[in-house]
Amino acid sequence: MKTRDLAYTALFAAIIAVLGTLPAINVGPVPITAQTLGVMLAGSVLGARRGFLAVLLFLVLVAIGLPLLASGAGGLAPFAGASAGYLYSWPVAAAVIGWLTERTWDRYNVAIGMLANVLGGIVVVYAVGVPVLKVVAGLPWDTAFWSGAAVFVPGDLVKAFAAAAIADVVRRSYPVIERPRRAAGAR
Amino acid sequence: MTLALYVPRGSAVHRLPAGSKLLALAALAVMLFALPTLPAAGAALAGVLAVGLLAARLPVAVLVRQARAVRWWLLALLVVHALTTDWRTGAHVALRLLTLVLAAAVVTATTRVNAMVAVVERLCAPLRLVGVRPARVGLAITMALRFIPVLVERADRIREAQAARGGSPRGVRALRTTIAPLLVQVLQMAHDVSEALDARGADDVPPPRRRRSPTPEAS
Repeated sequence: MKTRDLAYTALFAAIIAVLGTLPAINVGPVPITAQTLGVMLAGSVLGARRGFLAVLLFLVLVAIGLPLLASGAGGLAPFAGASAGYLYSWPVAAAVIGWLTERTWDRYNVAIGMLANVLGGIVVVYAVGVPVLKVVAGLPWDTAFWSGAAVFVPGDLVKAFAAAAIADVVRRSYPVIERPRRAAGAR
Repeated sequence: MTLALYVPRGSAVHRLPAGSKLLALAALAVMLFALPTLPAAGAALAGVLAVGLLAARLPVAVLVRQARAVRWWLLALLVVHALTTDWRTGAHVALRLLTLVLAAAVVTATTRVNAMVAVVERLCAPLRLVGVRPARVGLAITMALRFIPVLVERADRIREAQAARGGSPRGVRALRTTIAPLLVQVLQMAHDVSEALDARGADDVPPPRRRRSPTPEAS
């Protein structure tokens, strides 16, 4: 991996960390935070590989004891808790968003970006987060679904739109994702 | 912004190697799920508290802060289990969660970030087989830690500049006029940092093993 890619990866890990310091809205046990916005941005600005690694790096920073999760949680504790599944889903979410963004790079716009962010940042996150919540907390499926997914969807849709709008501007002014190989020679 | 949960003390727990503390934590987690009884979880919690408060001499507030982060979960577990199964199961599941969270907090509070980074680098050693270089992982961690305060500072500067011009744009406009340009700015900064690092020999390709130079002044 080039040092430049390493720096971009580190930058987005830091961005996700800083987004965690924005005030979180508490709805029951799981807070609504801006950190999933960072996860979506990592995928849609950096692409699959670097986006995945950026989120993974962020989780490593949390695991080695920095209080970077929203509400100042940190260390290894969050990885054992009931909402641990959401954390594990984040790198996968960034990878899926990044993959979809790379596929649609030539005709990327806010609508396509939002679709990618919804598939990766909402569908993937809950597909991993809710079952882990159910098992760790010993909740029945419907309770796990309502308390662990449904309340967050409106906020997530706003974040999916915001991330797509930002990624669209960045794509036009400072594209970080490389164009598909066949087009690269034509530039 | 305090950037670590480490609490300096001169205790034996602090001096234990980071790797063995992490191993003990993993073993505790396995044990708690292998012995699913209320007394076992209670004994484990007592043990964790003894290690954290007595052996490592951590302030109670450190553990309370981590426990507070999961307080709603604990309460939800108790209530849901009291309604669906019985309160004993609820108490057991909640106690187990609390024990794991506190044990992790003890490891975190007694181990320096540097030592944890070293463990991460060592854990990455097998990944050499798939082309991961542990030193690069360490470099990425160091860069991310350096970028965090830089980002906070840049965001503050933009906020101040906008306040000076009479308020900041809100909503969709802010995304395009403030946040996206800020992101472009910091991407350029990251690019500059990487070029500076490469210029100082942090390049991806490991340098060839050089023979000791025959002239004394060239080193």
